[in-house]
Amino acid sequence: MDVLVCVKRVPVTGGRISLTDDEQDIDTRYLGFTVSPHEECAVEEAVRLVEAHGGSSTVLTLGPAVAEEQLRDAMSMGANRAVLIEAEGPGWDGGATAAAIARAIGDAGVEYDLLLFGNESADAGGYQVGIRVAHLLDLPCVTGVKHLEIRDGKAVARREGPGGFEIYEVPLPAVITVKEGINLPRYPSIPGRLRAKKAPVERLHLDAPQPGLEKIRLRLPQGRDKQVEILGDGAAGVERAVEVLRQIGVMPP
Amino acid sequence: MNALPDRASVVVIGAGIVGNSVAYHLARLGWRDIVQLDKGPLPNPGGSTGHASNFIFLVDHSKEMTEITLDSVRQYKELGVFTESGGIEVARTPERMEELKRRMASAKSWGIEPAELLTPSEVKELVPFIDETVILGGFSCPGIGVVDSLRAGTLMREEAERLGAITINAKTEVLGIDVEDGRVRGVRTDAGDIRTDVIAVCCGVWSPRIGRMAGATIPLTPAVHQMIDVGPVPLFEKTVGEIEYPIVRDVDTNMYERQHGSEFEIGSYAHRPILIEPDGIPSIEQAAQSPTELPFTKDDFDPQMEAALELFPDIVGDERVGVKYAVNGLISLTPDGMPIVGETPEVRGLWSVAAIWVKEGPGFGRTVAEWMTDGCPEIDPHASDAARFYDHQRTKRHILARSAEGYNKTYGIVHPMEQWESNRDVRLSPFNGRERDLGAVFYETAGWERPFWYGSNEGLLDEYGDRVMPREAEWEARWWSPIINAEHLAMRDRVAMVDLSAFAILDIAGPAALDFTQRMAVKQMDVPVGRVVYTPLLNPAGGVKADLTIMRLSDERFRVVTGGFSGMADRKWFVSHLPEDGSAQLDDQTSAWCTLGLWGPKARDVLGAATGDDVSNEGFPFATCRWIEVDTLNVLASRISYVGELGWELYVPMEQGGRLWDVLWEAGRPHGVVPVGIGVYATTARLEKCYRAHGNELELEFDLVEAGMAGPAVKDEDFIGRDAYLKQRAEEPAAVLCTLTVDDPTSASGVKQRYMLGREPILTRNGEPLVDAKGRRSYVTSAGSGPSVGKHILMAYLPPDRAKAGEELAVEYFGERYPVTVAAVGSTPLFDPSNERLKR
Amino acid sequence: MIVGLVEHDGGVVSEPSLQMLTLGRRLAERLGEPLAALVIGSEARPVVDGLAAYGVETVHHAVDDRLDRYAPDAWAACVVDLMGTAGPTAVLAAGTDRGNEVMAHVGARTGLPVGANCTEVQPGDPFLVTRLRWGGSLLEDARLHGEVKLLTVAPHSIQAEEGPAAGGWSVEEFSPALQDTDFRVQVARQEGRPAGKVSLPEARVVVGGGRGVGSPEGFGPLEELAELLGGVVGCSRVVTSLGWRPHTDQVGQTGVRIAPDIYIACGISGAIQHMVGAKGAKRILVINTDRQAPILTHADYAIIGDVQQVVPALVSAIREGKGL
Repeated sequence: MDVLVCVKRVPVTGGRISLTDDEQDIDTRYLGFTVSPHEECAVEEAVRLVEAHGGSSTVLTLGPAVAEEQLRDAMSMGANRAVLIEAEGPGWDGGATAAAIARAIGDAGVEYDLLLFGNESADAGGYQVGIRVAHLLDLPCVTGVKHLEIRDGKAVARREGPGGFEIYEVPLPAVITVKEGINLPRYPSIPGRLRAKKAPVERLHLDAPQPGLEKIRLRLPQGRDKQVEILGDGAAGVERAVEVLRQIGVMPP
Repeated sequence: MNALPDRASVVVIGAGIVGNSVAYHLARLGWRDIVQLDKGPLPNPGGSTGHASNFIFLVDHSKEMTEITLDSVRQYKELGVFTESGGIEVARTPERMEELKRRMASAKSWGIEPAELLTPSEVKELVPFIDETVILGGFSCPGIGVVDSLRAGTLMREEAERLGAITINAKTEVLGIDVEDGRVRGVRTDAGDIRTDVIAVCCGVWSPRIGRMAGATIPLTPAVHQMIDVGPVPLFEKTVGEIEYPIVRDVDTNMYERQHGSEFEIGSYAHRPILIEPDGIPSIEQAAQSPTELPFTKDDFDPQMEAALELFPDIVGDERVGVKYAVNGLISLTPDGMPIVGETPEVRGLWSVAAIWVKEGPGFGRTVAEWMTDGCPEIDPHASDAARFYDHQRTKRHILARSAEGYNKTYGIVHPMEQWESNRDVRLSPFNGRERDLGAVFYETAGWERPFWYGSNEGLLDEYGDRVMPREAEWEARWWSPIINAEHLAMRDRVAMVDLSAFAILDIAGPAALDFTQRMAVKQMDVPVGRVVYTPLLNPAGGVKADLTIMRLSDERFRVVTGGFSGMADRKWFVSHLPEDGSAQLDDQTSAWCTLGLWGPKARDVLGAATGDDVSNEGFPFATCRWIEVDTLNVLASRISYVGELGWELYVPMEQGGRLWDVLWEAGRPHGVVPVGIGVYATTARLEKCYRAHGNELELEFDLVEAGMAGPAVKDEDFIGRDAYLKQRAEEPAAVLCTLTVDDPTSASGVKQRYMLGREPILTRNGEPLVDAKGRRSYVTSAGSGPSVGKHILMAYLPPDRAKAGEELAVEYFGERYPVTVAAVGSTPLFDPSNERLKR
Repeated sequence: MIVGLVEHDGGVVSEPSLQMLTLGRRLAERLGEPLAALVIGSEARPVVDGLAAYGVETVHHAVDDRLDRYAPDAWAACVVDLMGTAGPTAVLAAGTDRGNEVMAHVGARTGLPVGANCTEVQPGDPFLVTRLRWGGSLLEDARLHGEVKLLTVAPHSIQAEEGPAAGGWSVEEFSPALQDTDFRVQVARQEGRPAGKVSLPEARVVVGGGRGVGSPEGFGPLEELAELLGGVVGCSRVVTSLGWRPHTDQVGQTGVRIAPDIYIACGISGAIQHMVGAKGAKRILVINTDRQAPILTHADYAIIGDVQQVVPALVSAIREGKGL
């Protein structure tokens, strides 16, 4: 089966986020970059599915040219191909991103059996892209998936619902957005990294669109530093600890 | 959180391995009311200690660094945080195999046993996952190990607390340092102010920032060292604890690899130097991991992955083994690769303890604590002395240029004479243009460009033939020329001009100048005006702090002349002891005067031709100085010599140097004057005369009696180190400085003559090391050609029972033993033993 | 008109939906427009009456047999259907998994942008919204464009408050125009949470052990505590380095990232690398001898004391509390 997995380059944030002077972005001077944990799991899932069912996995991102780093990271985990939609500028809200991805998929003429996304990006948290791509390609879409099986041309997906787990069965091709916990992503191996370094990256260029959700500025929420509550010394603290566990609702019934 | 005291005997800033060690040793030495601060949390405040790989290799070619390292290991073992794993440096090239032999020699010189050279298959036995076909051999020290430096720090802090000596305040940021009249008065923090007279800056990569608060420069730069952890390694599944296999240094690729539990750690010094501005380090809050663990830049590390894959295919090539952690860790680099330790020259009471690695932390902690306590560290830290830097060496550009250049030499094969390429031509004597015209090959000392030999003297090679002791082996012919030895012979035959402008010149003047100089110097300074005195300076424990000459220019003015290399440290030593009342003052005249040495049998003929003043032996006796007129120049002439020939050091103002050179050149032509480089001055001529050099023969660990420099009597006046010196004189020396000559330099291969360069072990003819009563090994303190005596000369401290003329010993060089014989004991020179040439 | 899509669980309106309605009502008041609610499926019938207290004037109740089981795109079709008939200024949903999902479908169907997880909304054209980024570590001020403003309200960003009852009050059932393809994705079946051991990333309770646990055997009481609370045991890197626990138990940068309701960290100093892995924990209870340990700066609660004494004491206290 052929799997597409879409990822987004985001900074690895530190103990405290600080902003650039123009308040448009996170100050990334001291930060490295990664993809959101959901997407890391999506890449892992794609690689595992291809290991199990054959076919190939393609990783795609829309972002600045340097997002090539995240594509190569995914390839060092085992993704076979990489597509970079080079897109700078602030206009890329969920709608525009989804449109660009859907177009790239259409233009490439590849019939993917499965399109994997993270449930939401770590930075913008818009919850839009996977679902909108599904609509543009007229595919079914299950979100928030924490367990996925492919059998008989169908995706059987499990996610957490209000009362327990919800099971969905959708025919392939389909869009699935996954959540961290679906798997434990592997660390890239050194041979993987060395292969990924030399692998080709397909590139497309797009101009910034007019956004529907238009960022004005970023702000830091009012600080609320944690104040530790000392429950007591030694065994004397146990009684209040039990009280805390009860409040949180984790005491055994 | 402890309440912040408002007073402290000393404030230790920093709670990494260095700060903890300093605080611990101060407490053990009796200091109380110590305050230790760190901006970060404990036990890992976020500095370089927190991400250190924590392994300790024992052998360094530098004796100072090795001794500090061995002391650190001893301390880590005492604390119970040392795990012995063994360690192997592997060679991929024949050049490296030679270097490993040299390391083996250093191991013997510094007494590190066991240590051995291994074949590839022997390496494989110890490190079963290595591809031994990639290597030619290894150098193994089973005593190598890993430490838990954070745990060590915690134990040290706890001990200091147990002694009731310390208040520790983590998460306390230093905002400023109060300085009055050049002295530390207090520390300002975000938790309050502390009054104190002493501060130890143990802040690693932040040290420049903290130093600057007090107006002091701590010339280091933060730099990136890349490291990754891969795992889990199936091979390590059944191992117990942190490490079971020896650590491997793949030195030819500037990398190391070690087991770390179920993981394999790969570190590199191979990538491009990535230097970070001290202000460019993120705060604890800004950093994703810790302030000294910056985002990994993958592209820089890719070639290292390939190298690691070659050497450890079974681990690194395993697809199941993943890169679990990768970091650009910050470490401190300095312009000369050595730490920055000691009181800063700018601010009294402000101590720098910086650019120190985990392997050196406890050793330097002890050394600094001793130094702060009574001025007498047991291990001589002179090569690390914070006072060693000249102004230009404190500039940002110099720090960055040299640190970058030095970075890739971390595991390099560095020749003892190797020259820096960056930031040259900083200090030029007025003779420089003329020297260039003469084809001078310049070596650098303290920024000065000094001719080491002159291309124009190539013709002398024909004149002297084989007497120049040509060198066939590439190693000792590197950074050397036979012209040096030809210049030497020409000087002994005729007369030489030597550029000595790199001298540091320090004038001491004032009503108390005599008392002050008297107190600093071992020799009698109450001498007539116009006398020149060569004297050592001692520290209170009787260790040799410096050796230099002092001219008495007038009743209240003395001129100290010392080597350029140690000039700044010597200046600091004088300045720290100046009387508070200003009755004697020091005036640094280094940049005002240039110096030209004129020596050789014809020196008097040349100088006489250029001056109308009396330069006869009677009119201008040895060890005197005076002003003479040379051409139209007023010249301060000093009749002494470090080369064992008749002659003078001639001092004129910098801008008149060119004229002096031209006048002497013209006057010298009829006498066959030759320009002579520092190769002769500092090595060949010195060794033939058995003159001691500071940093080689003279250091704190040896005393004047051992060095053979104890005069017949000790002056009555008090001087620093006098009590200790008297005690040393009353005892039998544990070692005696001797001069040895190489009997036969032919190597076993029979093809090549080999000439040692220094620091090699002196052994019995059977290869047994020589150890003196204080546990010190015998090693070559200086080595060089003796063209006039026709021998290769070595100096070494020997146990008294071996210090006998004619004693037959051996020296190990590149894995072979060469027979040597003790030629002179004590200060008797090999050449012109009665010093007739000097005094005629 | 402002329309709020109301979610419920077993006949009870979910708290985030009430919060959403509260924000919706204030928005409606500012605009001088009525507040309406949309509920979907026959199961929603019991919740309808309670909505009046939140100022809802009209409850639009989408009814179709096929809507009994949740189907996100079909829900979206209901919203779009209502948008067509009622012509609202804005449609709001709670920023829950379902709310965000349905609104994304609505956005995709209509081509309108969606502002997810808003905390403040200023009406106008465009709307000025403040929304959460980075899981709430950062706020974004943004302009929300579109003929109809689509947004979700970040749960717990405001308190749910009842408001003055609207003048009129009506329930309007309607049968949305639904295609079979709208039900391509629908809950096939529900499962209760499986019994047995949960994984570290999923666990609601994690009991972590560090060097302070003292030995591999020292983890016994931690296992017991975790089992009692339906949780699992994790550990710090030192512990795996020492060989006390398998690597799969390691929480942190190079190990597993956890997101429990409570992380009970025993004898762990709190290295940054460890804390990165524990960042998702909602609350942290520390058991440590060192009051200065860095982990205390991340903790909500702490017991100062030796793990080897405190943990067994805690285990017995829980057993007693449970009546065992």
